[in-house]
Amino acid sequence: MTLQPAIRGLTRRQLLSRASAAGASLVVGAGFVAAPDAAWAYETSHIAPETFATLVRMARDIYPHDRIPDTHYVIAVKGYDSAESAPGIAEGIAALDAAAQARGFASYLDTGWERDRVDILRSIEDSAFFQQVRGGLVTGLYNQKAVWPIFGYEGESYSRGGYIERGFNDIDWL
Amino acid sequence: MAASFELTDDSVVVIIGTGAGGGVLANELAQKGVRVVALEAGGRYLPEDYVNDEWESFGQLAWLDPRTTSGDWRVAKDFSGLPAWIVKAVGGTTTHWAGASLRFQDHEWKALTTYGAVEGANLLDWPIDAAEMDPWYDLAEKKLGVTRTNGIAGLPGNNNYLLFERGAKALGYTQVHTGRMAINSAEYDGRSFCHQTGFCFQGCKWGAKWSAAYTDIPRGEATGNLEVRERAHAARILHDDAGKVTGVEYFDRDGNLQFQRARIVCVAGNSFESPRLLLNSASAMFPDGLANSSGQVGRNYMRHMTGSVYATFDKPVRMWRGTTMAGIISDEARHDPGRGFVGGYEMETLALGIPFMAAFLDPGAWGREFTTALDAYEYMAGMWLVGEDMPQDTNRVTLNADVKDQWGLPVANVHFDDHPNDIAMRNHAYRQGRAVYEAVGATRTFPTPPYPSTHNLGTNRMSERPGDGVVNRWGQSHDIPNLFVSDGSQFTTGAAENPTLTIVALAIRQADHIAREMAAQTL
Repeated sequence: MTLQPAIRGLTRRQLLSRASAAGASLVVGAGFVAAPDAAWAYETSHIAPETFATLVRMARDIYPHDRIPDTHYVIAVKGYDSAESAPGIAEGIAALDAAAQARGFASYLDTGWERDRVDILRSIEDSAFFQQVRGGLVTGLYNQKAVWPIFGYEGESYSRGGYIERGFNDIDWL
Repeated sequence: MAASFELTDDSVVVIIGTGAGGGVLANELAQKGVRVVALEAGGRYLPEDYVNDEWESFGQLAWLDPRTTSGDWRVAKDFSGLPAWIVKAVGGTTTHWAGASLRFQDHEWKALTTYGAVEGANLLDWPIDAAEMDPWYDLAEKKLGVTRTNGIAGLPGNNNYLLFERGAKALGYTQVHTGRMAINSAEYDGRSFCHQTGFCFQGCKWGAKWSAAYTDIPRGEATGNLEVRERAHAARILHDDAGKVTGVEYFDRDGNLQFQRARIVCVAGNSFESPRLLLNSASAMFPDGLANSSGQVGRNYMRHMTGSVYATFDKPVRMWRGTTMAGIISDEARHDPGRGFVGGYEMETLALGIPFMAAFLDPGAWGREFTTALDAYEYMAGMWLVGEDMPQDTNRVTLNADVKDQWGLPVANVHFDDHPNDIAMRNHAYRQGRAVYEAVGATRTFPTPPYPSTHNLGTNRMSERPGDGVVNRWGQSHDIPNLFVSDGSQFTTGAAENPTLTIVALAIRQADHIAREMAAQTL
């Protein structure tokens, strides 16, 4: 896990002062991507921070859950931050930005409304890149145990004796 | 004490596969004093090993060896390398099954006679019927401890069921209850009662659901007549110049090719692996594969008409709590061509956890139409639709010479096109499923496409005439007297019901036949 409260050796104030804003939701600095409030930061090792921030935004636009914070989307895609995957991601994000530019935006992150980004994604949804990212998210996002409570899902139950005394038939509104 | 037999011992019965067919057959033969070597491709996992985690369990238990797909079924697009969701382990898919234990309806043994010829379908009557199967079903229900048989109480209904039942009754359905389940409502046969844990598909950690892994297999081993060889992957069945099978070549756990001699070979590797093995066993004498003079090996693959309906409500349901398949509506299981199709279907509650719901609700979908459904997960109910599909000559398992498994053997290609009858039935079932939930105030419904198949049937079908199928009324191949098929691949037609109880009943009956013929020296 490379997510950390702040980049090693930098205070939160220093981190924010050195970072430049990219898009609405993430702060991109030299070699890292951070939450606007610096609640977390991810230090990229192979993917350019701007590219990674776009990838995270793309992940959220594919499977938007407004109650799931960015950290979980970062966790879902950080596996691509490897020497092997980075070139393909860079190429895919470049194509995504090109599709945005064809619609008059400076970049994918330059868009305002989600619907504009969805239109851009629809235009590339048959590409191998889109399908790789989407397919990876199905397990990368939804198999994170930390997101299950956001959906109300309770996960493992054997160790608690199942639900026989914990509400298996507690529906009260029928 | 589990037995250990020599590779050169040609007095043993070799069974390939240890699931509902092979596992039960192995125990039943061992109980009668017949010596058995069971070859199981997977490892041994018991309740203490099972995990309440969908993907982790899938990695532990599922058959993940390569397979390929073709045809117009959506599984070929969404899960092209995974046509089936079945288990590779001692006990086979009895680890994963939901536990629904239904007898065929009488007319379903006579599909051709009852439905008449259906264009594009390859219907046939079974060579056996309800009266003949009755006593074997009795034995199977006792073995499995099926609820609502033999004075065993039904299971209590969970939230998913209570809502489903309310909707069913509002629609006027009358055959609605918590099912005939091989899940203990009270302690039975030394196994615990159901603790409403959920995760029935991941292996029951209480042992409340019947599985051959911890019932028939250890009991067979305890006789001293059964040796289960784990991680032994059957490669080829060999035969002599007289055309009788002589044993099975298999890869052992270390990848070494071994040859186990046999007096009789019984194939029970499921509807993909069983025909694949027969086809991979082609020889100069049997160039089209063993037991295949009819050309029927691999054909008439059936997977049941399936689909699901999920629905969201404005109040919580928490469908994942408790038995996964917690109840049934059987009103639509009848044959009533007035609905626009032959045969019928069952509606059975079903729940998936968030990880599998994300994978299966609408494979490939993205965006808010999809994610708002998952956001309402806690408010969601679900049912599975399962009905009789049409056997078709062209729905078949063939060898894919271009793709090899880890042993260098050609893999199975599974080709499936929906028959118009399957599509008409699915659309009817979607409408009725939606109506059940709308009757209790559903705010949105989801007609969910079929999952990778768990009910894999046909491909070595049973027939009266040798030209129409692969095996006779005993599951004995028409061509080779000491070669049997003992799994769901021998199904002539699929009926509407979940198949395990019938596979078990056929295995008990086949064991009785084989033991009798062996004693009479006719086998």
